[in-house]
Amino acid sequence: MIEIQQISKSFGKLKVLQDINIDLPKGACIALIGPNGCGKTTLIKILLGMVFPTNGLIHINGKSINKDDMYRAQIGYMPQIGRYPEQMKIEQIFEMITKLRTSGNNIDEELFTAYKLNEIGEKKMRTLSGGTTQKVSASLAFLFNPNILILDEPTAGLDPLASEILKDKILKEKNNGKLILITSHLLSELDDIVTHVIYMQEGKIRLYKSIENLKTDTQSQSFSKAIANLLKADSHD
Amino acid sequence: MIKMIQLVMLDVVKNRTVLAYLLLLSTLSWSVFFLEDSSTKGTLTLLNLMLLMIPLVSIIFSSIYIYNSSEFIYLLVSQPVSRKTIWISLYLGSVSALIVALFIGLGIPALLYLPLSIALYLISVGIAITATFSSFGFLVASAFRDKAKGIGVSILLWLFFAILFDGIILLLIFQFSAYPIEKAMIVVSMFSPLDLARILVLIQLDVASLLGYTGAIFQLFFGTKLGTIISAIVLLLWAVIPFLLSLKIFTKRDL
Repeated sequence: MIEIQQISKSFGKLKVLQDINIDLPKGACIALIGPNGCGKTTLIKILLGMVFPTNGLIHINGKSINKDDMYRAQIGYMPQIGRYPEQMKIEQIFEMITKLRTSGNNIDEELFTAYKLNEIGEKKMRTLSGGTTQKVSASLAFLFNPNILILDEPTAGLDPLASEILKDKILKEKNNGKLILITSHLLSELDDIVTHVIYMQEGKIRLYKSIENLKTDTQSQSFSKAIANLLKADSHD
Repeated sequence: MIKMIQLVMLDVVKNRTVLAYLLLLSTLSWSVFFLEDSSTKGTLTLLNLMLLMIPLVSIIFSSIYIYNSSEFIYLLVSQPVSRKTIWISLYLGSVSALIVALFIGLGIPALLYLPLSIALYLISVGIAITATFSSFGFLVASAFRDKAKGIGVSILLWLFFAILFDGIILLLIFQFSAYPIEKAMIVVSMFSPLDLARILVLIQLDVASLLGYTGAIFQLFFGTKLGTIISAIVLLLWAVIPFLLSLKIFTKRDL
């Protein structure tokens, strides 16, 4: 569904991404993990067209993304830190984005209702706590039933109840055959969700495997243990 | 696109700065017309005030508006909207809000007190300058990430066009006073949107004859239809070119 070909990005002398080549298939739920500053967020921003790669191409459903901006109608994006116009009320944000995405014939308000955002619709974005802002971001990402979901640290800042709701929603959408890309540092959170894992380090892809392969390769029971074993093995080399 | 422009206009109109600008403009123009008994004098006073105020407010307002909309832009960029649409809507939305303020604050009193043709000249020149200096503001905001630096450059640009440029022209005139520079002056005046605007209005008034030989040459050029059309086109270019540059920068920038 998403083909990333030879993507490189440098900010001045700093090489953030070096020759990234991956195919992300439909129906996969992919964990994008790696230490801080390894280029995860930059890769996501390139997928969204917020940052332009120095080299390389990205195709989504066979179409190059730098030709037509409408490809973003297929993507729901939940940023790591949601930045919203401070003066706008929650309901105004939703109204505005809904107006912009008129193609939204089937609007999915499940998260919006589950997080009871309609009850606080009058509140201004400036007055919201970090967690509530994350709830707004999550609801916006799922609102238009996109085929691709990109979630950057989705559960960071959410209370246990809210993050449980979000995880259930992610599982549900995965079973609907959507492509989901998640970055997270909390490996245990991802355990029962993800089907593939990408491990990035210093702007390069160290590993791209399905969970089954990973578990058998490292002889571990769970995803988090498998990754931990892998990292240990890596540091012994 | 139209939806986007509506969104931006709603956002700008709610902004108190535009309201303050409207009040300031109307206070100035009403008091000028109450104090000056001759309409020519009134026009000149108003023209001079306009040529200082409009550029300053337009350039500072539009650059600050862009800096303060960074969240708004950030939110829109991840949606299925092209960056071109976002930027053009931001420009048209903010410029039209400023123009509405200009029309209510300055246009209405001018239409009431001045002969129709001169009032229309004043208003269209005001609109052209609003568009030009908003373009400058957008260019500055797209070229500098740092807000403080951007505002500083905006003020410098205003200072250059509103004050320094005239000083340079005076210097040139004194230096080359022995030569026939009247025609060259027409070309030089094209390099400043404010001088162009000033001459376009002055030519419509009788005071042009006070400018002496240069005034006569100006009258010969700017007084004709062709001259007016050429200078209008040049004024338009002053608005369009900086905006296109800023559009180019914005569509290629990492956010």
